[in-house]
Amino acid sequence: MAQPEAIAIGCSKGGFNALKLLLGALDPRLPQTVLVCCHTASGTGVLSGLLASHSALPVVEAVERQPAAAGTVHIAPGGYHLLLEHDQHFALSVDEPVCFSRPSIDVLFSSAADVYHTGLIGVVLTGANRDGAHGLAQIRDHGGIAVVQAPANAEAATMPQAALDISGADYCLPLEKIAQLLNHLCLT
Amino acid sequence: MPAPSLNVELERAELERAELEQIELDLFVQALKRRHGHDFSQYAPASLTRRVRQLVHAHHCSSITGLTARLLHEPDFLPLVIKGLSVPVSEMFRDPQVFLALREHVLPVLASYPQITVWQAGCAQGQEVYSLAIMLEEAGLYERSHIFATDFNPDALQRAQEGIYPARDAQLWSRNYLLAGGSQSLASYYSARYDFIKLDQRLRRNITFANHNLVTDKVFCEAHLVLCRNVLIYFSNPLQNHTLTLFRDSLVRGGHLCLGLRESLDFAPVAADFSAVDANLRLYRRSSQLMAEARDGAA
Ligand SMILES: C[S@@+](CC[C@H](N)C(=O)[O-])C[C@H]1O[C@@H](n2cnc3c(N)ncnc32)[C@H](O)[C@@H]1O
Repeated sequence: MAQPEAIAIGCSKGGFNALKLLLGALDPRLPQTVLVCCHTASGTGVLSGLLASHSALPVVEAVERQPAAAGTVHIAPGGYHLLLEHDQHFALSVDEPVCFSRPSIDVLFSSAADVYHTGLIGVVLTGANRDGAHGLAQIRDHGGIAVVQAPANAEAATMPQAALDISGADYCLPLEKIAQLLNHLCLT
Repeated sequence: MPAPSLNVELERAELERAELEQIELDLFVQALKRRHGHDFSQYAPASLTRRVRQLVHAHHCSSITGLTARLLHEPDFLPLVIKGLSVPVSEMFRDPQVFLALREHVLPVLASYPQITVWQAGCAQGQEVYSLAIMLEEAGLYERSHIFATDFNPDALQRAQEGIYPARDAQLWSRNYLLAGGSQSLASYYSARYDFIKLDQRLRRNITFANHNLVTDKVFCEAHLVLCRNVLIYFSNPLQNHTLTLFRDSLVRGGHLCLGLRESLDFAPVAADFSAVDANLRLYRRSSQLMAEARDGAA
């Protein structure tokens, strides 16, 4: 099977702790582009700054019109939706919030699915609303792989549960196992 | 995991589907341009695609081609399409630190002109225009000011003129107003009725609302301040440069330009004609004759 090109991760309530753990356990040799949408991201670069020290991969805030880089974690800035153009440059928008959220996971997932098609892994982690579920379904429709944190293992179960209900998943695992899975899918 | 051959099948089907959608999208954009003169060909594709898909869904079409057919054959359909493609999402005093900077650094410069002209491009439903009017009023400058508020979405312009907004927005906007250095309470500028607030219609006295398309229409005023926030974000680089050129040509030398917090001049050649007042706040000035000459001399 061809190696995936990108990983898109969505989370909300409890997301910071989950990301700390997950990014911290990713293999630093991962060649994939990693995209992260976390609702609790605030204004300018705070979340990326905080996460950088927990991750072996470089963590930066996604910048409008700049390319998504391989082997790098890009965090959606607060207050804007994050999208990707086909040339893998970032685009932002101030379209209406989705599920009361901007950035929205659905928006990022759907746009990433358009760009990476079958080469995308979508990951839905802890969260207290239903954003991400439709986006994950779109990733699957486009032939990508869906990974959902086991709701019982999540700080807030609503979001992973909604993802399971609406989209279903190829893998439903506790957080610690998700990092192992991603390393496995992405390096072999 | 599906077997490898299945995967190849899946991938081929997926790429075919994507290509088909791209063709439909291109035809839709072409129909919009040739039939109605609205040119979206240089909008940033990712957001445009998302809006078009939402239109397909909202109008219960089975595909983008279904939208295109209606666009070509139903005269009344265009306004709905424009409304769907425009994103009139706004706030009063959005990014209060920007309005604070306008109040502290730009209004004193505006005060030096006997007549002040402001162009707010992409005014959506008017939230920012009224924010500007309030600031000019509080600085004692509004009597000699005129604001042109333009957008290409007639529905949004209509709402902008009415100045009626959902009451649930008032709380955030009041907070923004105070953070932006407001000296009263925002509530002194509106009356609340049921679920709505209505802005004081006196604020409208020096505002002209007009339909103006940044892609196809020309410069129409000589402005001391151009405010265009969160519009260029939807444009590809060449269209962004085209629009910024319009703004440069509209601005007096030394006139101010204010963009959205995530927009920048970095990808536009015309940036050479501007200098940053506060790059973080995306506040620029059109270079003066002297600065331009110094630059050309140095080059
Ligand atoms: C997201 S709103 C920005 C509102 C406000 N400036 C703000 O930042 O809060 C973008 C606006 O730009 C308008 N717009 C988009 N393309 C345009 C064009 N070609 N000409 C004029 N207005 C346009 C849309 O109709 C919409 O009202």
